[in-house]
Amino acid sequence: MRFDQPTAPHARPLVSVPVIMRRVLYALLPAALCHTWFFGSGLLVNFALTAVAALLTEATVLRLRGRSTRYAIRDCSALVTAALLSFALPPFVPFWIPLLGGAIAITLAKQLYGGLGKNLFNPAMVGYVFLLLSFPVEMTQWLPPRMGDLDYQRLGLGQHVNYVFTGRLPLDLDIDALTRATPLDLVKEGLRAGRPFAEIRSGSLFGDFGGHGWEWVANLIALGGLYLLYTGTIRWHIPAAFFAGLLVPATVLYLVDSTGYAAPGFHLFSGASMLGAFFIATEPVSAAGTVRGRLIYGAGIGLFVYLLRTWGGYPDGVAFSVLLMNGAVPLINRYTRPRIYGQH
Amino acid sequence: MVDYVFEQHLSGGILLPANKAASTTTPIRRGFVPRQLVLALHQHRGAPAEAVVTVGQRVMKGQLVAAAASSGPSAAVHASTSGTVRAIEERPVLAGNGVQSSPCIVIEPDGRDESVPANGQPEWPHTTEAQRAAVRAGGIVGLGGAVYPTADKLVTPIPCKTVIVNGAECEPYISCDDMLMRESPAEIVAGALLLTEVLGAPRCIIAIERDKPQAMEAIEDAARALEDPRLKLAEVPTIYPAGGERQLVELLTGEEVPSGRYPGEFGYVCQNVGTAYALHRLRAAREPLTSRIVTITGSGVRSPQNVEVPIGTPIAELIELCGGYTDDVVRLIAGGSMMGYALPDDDVPTTKATNCIIAATSAEVRIDPHEWPCIRCGDCALVCPSRLLPQDLLVAATTSNHAELATLGLQDCIECGCCDVICPSQIMLTERFRIAKRAVAARERVSVTTPGQE
Repeated sequence: MRFDQPTAPHARPLVSVPVIMRRVLYALLPAALCHTWFFGSGLLVNFALTAVAALLTEATVLRLRGRSTRYAIRDCSALVTAALLSFALPPFVPFWIPLLGGAIAITLAKQLYGGLGKNLFNPAMVGYVFLLLSFPVEMTQWLPPRMGDLDYQRLGLGQHVNYVFTGRLPLDLDIDALTRATPLDLVKEGLRAGRPFAEIRSGSLFGDFGGHGWEWVANLIALGGLYLLYTGTIRWHIPAAFFAGLLVPATVLYLVDSTGYAAPGFHLFSGASMLGAFFIATEPVSAAGTVRGRLIYGAGIGLFVYLLRTWGGYPDGVAFSVLLMNGAVPLINRYTRPRIYGQH
Repeated sequence: MVDYVFEQHLSGGILLPANKAASTTTPIRRGFVPRQLVLALHQHRGAPAEAVVTVGQRVMKGQLVAAAASSGPSAAVHASTSGTVRAIEERPVLAGNGVQSSPCIVIEPDGRDESVPANGQPEWPHTTEAQRAAVRAGGIVGLGGAVYPTADKLVTPIPCKTVIVNGAECEPYISCDDMLMRESPAEIVAGALLLTEVLGAPRCIIAIERDKPQAMEAIEDAARALEDPRLKLAEVPTIYPAGGERQLVELLTGEEVPSGRYPGEFGYVCQNVGTAYALHRLRAAREPLTSRIVTITGSGVRSPQNVEVPIGTPIAELIELCGGYTDDVVRLIAGGSMMGYALPDDDVPTTKATNCIIAATSAEVRIDPHEWPCIRCGDCALVCPSRLLPQDLLVAATTSNHAELATLGLQDCIECGCCDVICPSQIMLTERFRIAKRAVAARERVSVTTPGQE
């Protein structure tokens, strides 16, 4: 009897790339449902469009590069990029925004660098920043959350899809009546106008810590993050350092001046903090690779988020901070190599 | 009362499915006499033994058939049952890096299993020098798998601080040490003390992994009965590769043994529990090393178990003894699932190094060779016991960047396989690193033999 003779180790690998990518998608599901409850079907429509664009571009560019699509499409990495990008998009955008975003993320940030594992920058954030800089009007069409008796004017699914593809709204509605500033916008504008933080956040769009509805989406994203930690899909270093980088300056400045600066709890539960900490900064390819490096990388992102939110031109800063620290990764890796066993 | 030593620190490592339950349900099967014996002359590190028998000669169990080489590390080889020498010829045997052709003494057993009479055997000597010679003549080598001649580890360049008796047995599937500790704890503890005496060490730690409570209890009872203050026990975490020599030294003492150097240079001597048992048998009964416990397991063999195997028994006979293969067996592994060698067939004799034979089905070993691109998740670095960065080493190996490979510590890779198993891209990292080590060694040879190049 003859046997095959591969080299050791013979034990089966414990995990695979598609398993990891699928776990990320599962982890986003509760937050996606919550988002749909509060903000309508925009996220799901955006995800569908982004996913189609991401998968089609991935397959097309792989063909152009003469690479097999067999494993590359089934690894679900394009779907993860699509999911993260659709969370970053406002729920109310014309169809070409998610299509363009998905295509740009996959082509510009991923395939042009050599495909999976080769990207220097987070593809979803490259796609998002490209859209934000190119189409600032469309990219700020955020909706108010569902608020029960106090509900704002809402669109049905049919009306929403009709707007997405044709740009037409029902006759009695205009776009400004539907969209609202985000809690981060309100706080930024309010503080800039000299209103105290406590007064700004006493408005009806605010909840316990962050924005009404927004903070529940953040809670469920954190839950998904805990699932990723529990399954070993991500490690604790980057999220923990991100929170430290964001909350330490936020707490210090809030203690110094609680009227002129937003509370640390508001920073934690607003905007893309949770998504950034658990899902975006932890994107392994563009993150630092060593333990100490990840602590620096995560803390750097958290700190830049705070700086950009407080003194920058945009209400949130997660995408810019991630891309900024992506650029610092080779340097961080170079100087944070661990001491090899037995060497001094 | 026996003192416990508390662990210090272990870098990396990984919790793996143990797969040890199947082979630990029945006691060690003893008294097996094979139909053929193939005794390799080179079944230890160092110089091969030299045959002292001729074809046609009748030999007894325990009789010297090949003497240790006259100089350098070496160990004698003895007949492991009675019979007639049929040939002295080249046969395929399992060497350090796979199956190789090697000179062997082939014996046809007579089934009577007659031993060399115990009278006429010399007394256990008193001087350390003579004791080491007796260990060398007794054919005793490290039975944890490294098969380094034990006599050559019984002297250290600096006074021995601690003898570490290794019963961690961290690699999946292997349970021979566990079963031996459960069944012969007194002999192991006596052997451990013998080592301590020969080395003049002030303490001896017997280290056992936490997943072996029965072995731990047996060894603790045996140690308590001896009331020797030098004897300590350590319960080490169930993490592969906690039982690796360098990892165990780090775990128990906090000291790190750099690559290219040996624990002995730092005053630590590690010996496997099976070796301690063999040393005790040598002193107590004048028995040279003629058998060892082998775990025969895996879903591809019908009745997995531990067997006391006469050294040189062909693996085919052991599989037969354990009920034969199942229909879906795909791979035959000598050693554990992490560091063992895949055998081309079962027509290979066991040696002193053979601790485990796994007959594996496709459900329990890696079959699919597909690799995804590295996604730089860094999990390989988290599990690396040498604290290397396998993801960076991979890039340096792929681009043959030898300077970078050296900076990243390629030579410190112990080839434990942790990075392979944790890698979500399922990249065969360990094999890449073995190939890179060979490439580096080849280039060094070229630069040494080419004059005028610096």
